[in-house]
Amino acid sequence: MDFSLSMEHDILRKSVRDFAEKEIKPVARELDDKEEFSYDTMKAMADLGLFGMFVSDKYGGQGMDYVSYIIATEEIARIDGSHAATVAAGNSLGIGPLYYYGNEDQKNKYLPKACRGESLWAFGLTEPNAGSDAGHSQTTAELIGDEWVINGSKIFITNASTDISEGIIALCKTGNRENGHPELTSIIVEKGTPGLETRVMHGKLMWRASNTSEIYFEDCRVPKENLLGPVGNGFHQMLATLDGGRLSIGAMGLGGAQGAYDLAIKYAKERTQFGKTISSFQVNAFKLADMATEIECARLILYKACWLRDNEKPFGKYAAMAKLYCSEVMGRCVDHAVQLHGGYGLMKEYDVERFYRDHKLLEIGEGTSEVQRIVISRLINAV
Amino acid sequence: MNIIVCLKQVPDTETQISIAADGKSISTDNIKWVMNPYDEYAVEEALQIREKFGGEVTIVGVGPKRVTESIRTALAMGADKGILVDDQAIVGNDSLGTARVLTAVIKDLDYDIILCGKQGVDDDYGIVGSMLAEFLDIPQISIAVKLDISEDGSKVTVNREVEGGTFVIEAPLPALVTAQKGLNEPRYASLPGIMKAKKKPLDVKAIADLGLDAGSVGEAGAKIEIKEITLPKPRQAGKIVEGETPQEKAANLAKFLHEEAKIL
Ligand SMILES: Cc1cc2nc3c(=O)[nH]c(=O)nc-3n(C[C@H](O)[C@H](O)[C@H](O)COP(=O)(O)OP(=O)(O)OC[C@H]3O[C@@H](n4cnc5c(N)ncnc54)[C@H](O)[C@@H]3O)c2cc1C
Repeated sequence: MDFSLSMEHDILRKSVRDFAEKEIKPVARELDDKEEFSYDTMKAMADLGLFGMFVSDKYGGQGMDYVSYIIATEEIARIDGSHAATVAAGNSLGIGPLYYYGNEDQKNKYLPKACRGESLWAFGLTEPNAGSDAGHSQTTAELIGDEWVINGSKIFITNASTDISEGIIALCKTGNRENGHPELTSIIVEKGTPGLETRVMHGKLMWRASNTSEIYFEDCRVPKENLLGPVGNGFHQMLATLDGGRLSIGAMGLGGAQGAYDLAIKYAKERTQFGKTISSFQVNAFKLADMATEIECARLILYKACWLRDNEKPFGKYAAMAKLYCSEVMGRCVDHAVQLHGGYGLMKEYDVERFYRDHKLLEIGEGTSEVQRIVISRLINAV
Repeated sequence: MNIIVCLKQVPDTETQISIAADGKSISTDNIKWVMNPYDEYAVEEALQIREKFGGEVTIVGVGPKRVTESIRTALAMGADKGILVDDQAIVGNDSLGTARVLTAVIKDLDYDIILCGKQGVDDDYGIVGSMLAEFLDIPQISIAVKLDISEDGSKVTVNREVEGGTFVIEAPLPALVTAQKGLNEPRYASLPGIMKAKKKPLDVKAIADLGLDAGSVGEAGAKIEIKEITLPKPRQAGKIVEGETPQEKAANLAKFLHEEAKIL
């Protein structure tokens, strides 16, 4: 057994960590407060190479392994959830499906720009009436002549309405299967297509500097060639995309937990009450010990899932476990971290307050914790 | 223009340093090693010079295998190739030993300018650059906050800040310049850069390859000896001067300074 990462992984971690501390940390609080997506930090992240990490250099990607992508996401999340969301969704949900299911033309057309971080792609799965039950998408696409005509709506779609958003991969119902289940198909809808409207959603508790949208399709017509993969392959693509996406949500949980822990231990070793640092009180020291232990376990399961993926072994069960565990570990860590900060931890002036809020999405997005438990229980044949 | 950057690996400034059992060295058990921060400025400056004049940036490091990671980081930032001198004989090098090893590597290379950090943030001697320039018999300008090379590539002009003013110093090339904070903003090792660095050449050399006598470097060749390392005394807890009113507080402070601190 070998638990060591490569030298490149270490260099990558240090570089992304320095970057996040110097370029993102100083602006994160204000962007969160103003609920603003920053094109400056987006560009800086793009210049660093945070988009297209696992894409082959043939299409302008970095050609790195999945562990590298996860380490980079973890390090951004250690500083700010919103920025990590832009990176994770941009790669796993935007670039991922284009790279894995696109034909040569589509890949050549869209990927180089997306890998330079000059464009963002969104993955539109969730609908007002199809959340956890995303397989029952009500958005329809009908082939009329040489065009798909799409009608319906999507909700909570990340990266869909920034100024650089270039399009949406929309999961649409294209018919019914023999077994009565809907036939689902992914279709590429470029921004600017008549009949497509995106609306930014405001008033979020968390990920406030990340872009989230409602999407409306009204007789939205796209060329027949905009099909992503074969007709009827949408459900399979969705499951596979989510398997990868779960690793990135896991990375956000792990990174966020680490960030909260780092803030907590620093604060607890500085803050004195009763003439002693609060970290010297055993009840607090034990909280830190629990956090450190859980973070280590979270890292192990997440990296193992990535290792399985990089080595082309089945990893779906581990991806669900890692997503579930990392996001719940972050939940416990932010709770301890705010508790250790006392009243100050409830104030926006302290970054830990943002971590506390940002955490909650991780137990909901890309399959809620309940859904992860359903997935795992099926994969272990418990049901 | 061919540029050489001398690179040292040092403990991360956030590392908590503890003294080893021998009392003369630091314990290396839990140290995270990084590129000396002043060397980052040197690497960045080298890359900027190359962007303007073309040529190659070569990184030279002296130390154990772990230093490879810092050299690779410099390659990921954009440097072209690396050389590491790793040899049991250099253990215990003082500044002179390091300068001797660097001289042996660099004297046969084709260079126009050599850049070093102004000092290593670990032992803070700040003399390796000067010794190296002396051995190579080239001009040296230390602690640069600005560096310009003339259009024709014949000379370097450096700004060096002193208390209340700035020196502007010029020297013909080849020359050696040491970098101070403020010289530039070092770039990050980008992800594509990290992938490219994997394929860049990094030669590892031993003392024998350099024609150096093992007795002239390492502990054997050192001119100085560290007798003892001590940590600063832990800071005493502060004292809050009590008092109901500002006047009373001031009076109590004066009393404290006079009677307890005995500095009034
Ligand atoms: C900020 C943000 C960004 C997002 N980005 C995207 C994106 O880019 N693309 C995209 O497609 N979607 C995105 N989503 C949507 C997200 O994936 C969904 O919100 C999530 O899948 C849950 O769906 P829902 O909100 O409809 O909740 P529901 O499915 O209505 O769930 C409500 C509750 O019921 C529980 N529940 C549901 N079914 C079961 C069951 N069978 N057994 C037990 N409990 C159950 C759930 O666990 C949950 O607790 C985003 C959401 C947010 C908030």
